[in-house]
Amino acid sequence: MESLVTTVLIVGGLGALLALLLFLVAKKFYVEEDPRIDEVEKMLPGANCGGCGFAGCRAMSEALVSKDDISALFCPVGGDECMKKVAGYLGKAAPEKEPMVAVVRCAGSCDNRPRNNRFDGAKSCLVASSLYAGETGCPFGCIGLGDCAVKCEFGALSINPVTGLPEVDDEKCTACGACVKACPKGIIELRKKAKRGLKIYVSCVNKDKGAVARKACKVACIGCGKCAKVCPHDAIVVENNLAYIDYSKCKMCRKCVVECPTGAIVECGFPPRKVAENDANSSNKVAE
Amino acid sequence: MKTFPIGGIHPSDCKEYSKSAAIETFPTPATVTIPLSQHIGAPAVACVAKGDRVLVGQVIANAGGFVSSPIHSSVSGTVVAVEPKADAQGNKKPSVTIAVEGDEWVDTIVRGGALKKNINLSKEEIVSKISQMGIVGMGGATFPTHVKLSIPAGKKAECLIINAVECEPYLTADYRVMLEQGEKLIVGARILAKAIGVDKIYIGIENNKPDAISHLQQLASAYVEVEIIPLKMRYPQGGEKQLIAAVTGREVPSGGLPIDVGAVVQNVGTALAVYEAVMLNKPLFERVVTVTGSQLASPKNLLVRIGTPMSALIDYCGGMEGVGKVIAGGPMMGRAVSNVDAPVTKGTSGVLLMPTEESLRNVEGSCIRCAKCVEACPMGLEPYLLNRLTQLGDFEQLEHHYIADCIECGCCTFSCPSYLPLLDWVRIGKAEVMKRIRERAAAKK
Repeated sequence: MESLVTTVLIVGGLGALLALLLFLVAKKFYVEEDPRIDEVEKMLPGANCGGCGFAGCRAMSEALVSKDDISALFCPVGGDECMKKVAGYLGKAAPEKEPMVAVVRCAGSCDNRPRNNRFDGAKSCLVASSLYAGETGCPFGCIGLGDCAVKCEFGALSINPVTGLPEVDDEKCTACGACVKACPKGIIELRKKAKRGLKIYVSCVNKDKGAVARKACKVACIGCGKCAKVCPHDAIVVENNLAYIDYSKCKMCRKCVVECPTGAIVECGFPPRKVAENDANSSNKVAE
Repeated sequence: MKTFPIGGIHPSDCKEYSKSAAIETFPTPATVTIPLSQHIGAPAVACVAKGDRVLVGQVIANAGGFVSSPIHSSVSGTVVAVEPKADAQGNKKPSVTIAVEGDEWVDTIVRGGALKKNINLSKEEIVSKISQMGIVGMGGATFPTHVKLSIPAGKKAECLIINAVECEPYLTADYRVMLEQGEKLIVGARILAKAIGVDKIYIGIENNKPDAISHLQQLASAYVEVEIIPLKMRYPQGGEKQLIAAVTGREVPSGGLPIDVGAVVQNVGTALAVYEAVMLNKPLFERVVTVTGSQLASPKNLLVRIGTPMSALIDYCGGMEGVGKVIAGGPMMGRAVSNVDAPVTKGTSGVLLMPTEESLRNVEGSCIRCAKCVEACPMGLEPYLLNRLTQLGDFEQLEHHYIADCIECGCCTFSCPSYLPLLDWVRIGKAEVMKRIRERAAAKK
């Protein structure tokens, strides 16, 4: 009985002593931290995706609190709303950015772009692209092994088994840019998120000459320049046999879509076109 | 019998298909496409234009720097294009396309005649001639030979090792050269030895080629400085560092070069090319290529002009029937070909045709931590770890685990019971780490 008491006393006393020591050390070496960092971190989405350029939401909130000018900092996941809230809390001017969305600029599905060999190595776009030009005649297009889908933290990207191409779920996409970095071919681009999910873009990145590109893929941009000529807003540039639509200038008039002979320019989210008499020919061309 | 100390594997050598086929000269094709980057280092710069007439052996592109090599025309005819053309992997590379007319050689090239044994040129003259004639390492790595022969200040070469191992399964090009052109090969080796100022030449040959060993031993008996070293068969004995370890017992330090242990290694094909360049003024515009495969009608060893399409060689030897995969080089280190119309280059030691059932990889499993890859790695690395770290993108740790020492021999992938594509990933990690090391070195300067 006596030994039990001694044991309890010794262990208990030791515990109390160490607790006191810990308390004193914690007091002495207390790190003064701005309490606002915790608050700001709570306001951020907590995705820790790295889309802002920082390691995670904590690092971002530290930067938001410590910097006077936060115009260069932006959380793509939270968007304008979240940044306004944070800026209002900190009493700083809120940075503004248009909401963006990831767009896959390749339409080389299995039907459009015939395979002429089969890749049998590690299931990774990065590995495949480091080894050779790809399974099809187009060395620029999508490899389809899904590095982008693996890197997407929000489940917004998935490979469509029918087309073999990645598809973006606009609702889930936060424009963090992880897929843009993951794609070794540079196919994915962040473009302005328009109202009602409207999109017009050149769904091709092939820089080969027209004939070569067309031979490799039915829906390749052949760099003919018809779209640039028809565009009333000077939004289209043709460089290295490839057209590019500048989303900041595009007014979504859809004239280029009708004009494109290969159907490389894609429109999304628009209501079905009214087929006017004189427009019938060009509409058929798109449907081909 | 000697061999290297750690790692290695024993694949079946499969040389029986083409080993008894004597070297045959392949007829000159109608057009050749000669890439301007057939070596490691800066690409050569074209010095001909569309419409120019060229002769066999004429320079068509000058070296683009010190670590570079000039390119010579392999045919006579008219230049029809100087533009990018798809290489064996489908990537566009600057090339010169020539339409063949006749077979007119540059008149400085000595054709025919007896073997020339006397080396009258000085060290510097030999190196400059090798550089002008566009000689590169012909084992597959295509490192410009004159760079290897320029010993850096403060270093001293003690011996020359001729790499006659040909440890890659299927390939027999070097073997046929040893049997048919043994004398030229030994003179070539003596020229190389003179260029680096050494008086000891080792020729390392694996014991699966006993007739080559005895033939060269007989020829070498005339020269005191040449010694034939038979080696126990094991892959990758033809790796530079493995061969040095096997022959001399010395280990090249991590991040170091063979010259750090006093050795210079040159391939059999290179030694023959050096003989022809120095003694006969013949630039490197043709090479021996093994065209082989288990289902091929007539596997052959062909003397091919650089720029000949691989498809022409394949048709000549029996065609593509039943072929699932074409590999440029051997099955271990060669690269799969997606464009068979791509040209033969200075580094193409073989064209291997794998039947469909052998060409597919097995379904990938999970790592079971058996450490077979660690046992197989001839550089003493941990491939399973490098594989995982690359997938996680931890490049600091990769460097810490010596990924830069990987020789990309493929022993890890070969030995993995879960069929993991280890080397595919390790290569990615190595490339990124090497890039970082180079950037750091550049920033220091």
